[in-house]
Amino acid sequence: MDGSSLIDSIGLFLGMSGDKMQLSTMLDLLGSGLLLTGQIFIVTLIGALPLGVLIALGRMSRFKPLAWLMRVYISFMRGTPLMLQLMALMFGPYYLFGMQMGTDWKYWACDIGFILNYAAYFAEIYRSGIQSIPRGQYEAAEVLGYSRGQTFMRIVLPQVIKRILPAMGNEVITLVKDTSLAFVLGVMEMFSQAKAIAASQVSMLPYIIAALIYWGFTIVVEFLLNRVEKKLDYYHD
Amino acid sequence: MTDANPLVSLRHARKSFGQTEVLKDISLTVQPGEVLAIIGPSGGGKSTLLRCCTLLETLDGGSLAFADCPVCTDDGSGSVYGSKADLVRARRHFGLVFQNFNLFPHYTVLRNLIDAPITVQKMPREQAEAKAVALLDKMGLAGRESMVPCELSGGQQQRVAIARALMLDPDVLFFDEPTSALDPELTKGVLKVIRDLAEESMTMVIVTHEMRFARDVADHVIFMDGGVIVEEGPAAAVIDDPQHDRTRAFLRGDDA
Ligand SMILES: Nc1ncnc2c1ncn2[C@@H]1O[C@H](COP(=O)(O)OP(=O)(O)OP(=O)(O)O)[C@@H](O)[C@H]1O
Ligand SMILES: [Mg+2]
Repeated sequence: MDGSSLIDSIGLFLGMSGDKMQLSTMLDLLGSGLLLTGQIFIVTLIGALPLGVLIALGRMSRFKPLAWLMRVYISFMRGTPLMLQLMALMFGPYYLFGMQMGTDWKYWACDIGFILNYAAYFAEIYRSGIQSIPRGQYEAAEVLGYSRGQTFMRIVLPQVIKRILPAMGNEVITLVKDTSLAFVLGVMEMFSQAKAIAASQVSMLPYIIAALIYWGFTIVVEFLLNRVEKKLDYYHD
Repeated sequence: MTDANPLVSLRHARKSFGQTEVLKDISLTVQPGEVLAIIGPSGGGKSTLLRCCTLLETLDGGSLAFADCPVCTDDGSGSVYGSKADLVRARRHFGLVFQNFNLFPHYTVLRNLIDAPITVQKMPREQAEAKAVALLDKMGLAGRESMVPCELSGGQQQRVAIARALMLDPDVLFFDEPTSALDPELTKGVLKVIRDLAEESMTMVIVTHEMRFARDVADHVIFMDGGVIVEEGPAAAVIDDPQHDRTRAFLRGDDA
């Protein structure tokens, strides 16, 4: 008995009759969804983690207009639904400028929307971390001749990362599940797939499987976060 | 006070925080090889003076120069600071040891020492490491290169901080109460290291509450109170035979 027929016999056992979609097909579809889910997750982190640093620095800038602008940005991104932001990005170019975006635009809108939104949350976490670094660290670096950029990259940021890891972990876990919001754009990530299969098969099963996969995903993320936390455990201050 | 080439020369320094005048016309010079101790009651402006000398605060009025490298000048209308490049150059002349060490907690002892020479001065890594190992040995910290600061006692951390400052070969080393965060037992080791540096003619400016240490190690003592230099002179003279009532009261321990 090969793998997929084993899966199908489990499907039969669960009450899925032959004329319905085979469990292996269902898993294939959910798997392709998971790939997109993972892609949104990774792209968001790659974009939002550094962008958040820039926004946090802007927010703390002594140049008041920039600080004020970043403050409004953060407030807006955290104060309106991500789903609404995604829709605005998706349809804004057409309604505002009459631009015809290609069929690929939904993927771009999705990635950009997630990055812009999560960068705002990350920025506030970075800011709290940066402000928790004692002034003496900056002063020691200044007297030793470090430039401001060197001080930030070599002295401040590494310490900030350790301090904010728990808070960042929360956001990253939330992101795993927030990727499901991409369904409003017609991006066929895992939740959209589950929804489609559930509708066509009139079955709860795809939702249950999707839930388990999301859960597994977050467990992996938690595991990785723990590893990083352990790695940074070599010092305390 | 008119010797030819002082390493530090501060003239008519003034500094206020809001309405409070913390430094009122302070002048001092430090000659090569001289150890200057600054003593005085809490709130007298000692830390502020040191912070102005190390460019962590800016003066409102007065001038400051390290050897022939000017930091700020004053033609009577307040301090005018030099360009960024001037300040970078001036910073090479001095080091600072803080009361609470301010080591970089995420770096090992070795990295604390070599990081600035490598990134700031572009010193080759091998050279920096060799220098760091030798300095740690001198500080009585041989073999602790790969430990992180939190694994060391306060006294050891302060000695690492001194070594870190020495890595950049400063002409003059400033200390702001280097032992007041330490237990008496740990204080000894740090004071011994400073004493050894004095023997080697390291130029130092030390704010301290350790009167015996100041008398033994310093060549010159300044007693500061209320933002002014109340009394100054050779260490033994000021500490053993103070001329001013305020100095006497302070040394008797009436305030402080
Ligand atoms: N950043 C600041 N803002 C406002 N006031 C300050 C600031 N730094 C110092 N002061 C004030 O300046 C005065 C002198 O402080 P300073 O720390 O220089 O004294 P000190 O002689 O070093 O005292 P201590 O022996 O307690 O360290 C104090 O009244 C203090 O409150
Ligand atoms: Mg002080």
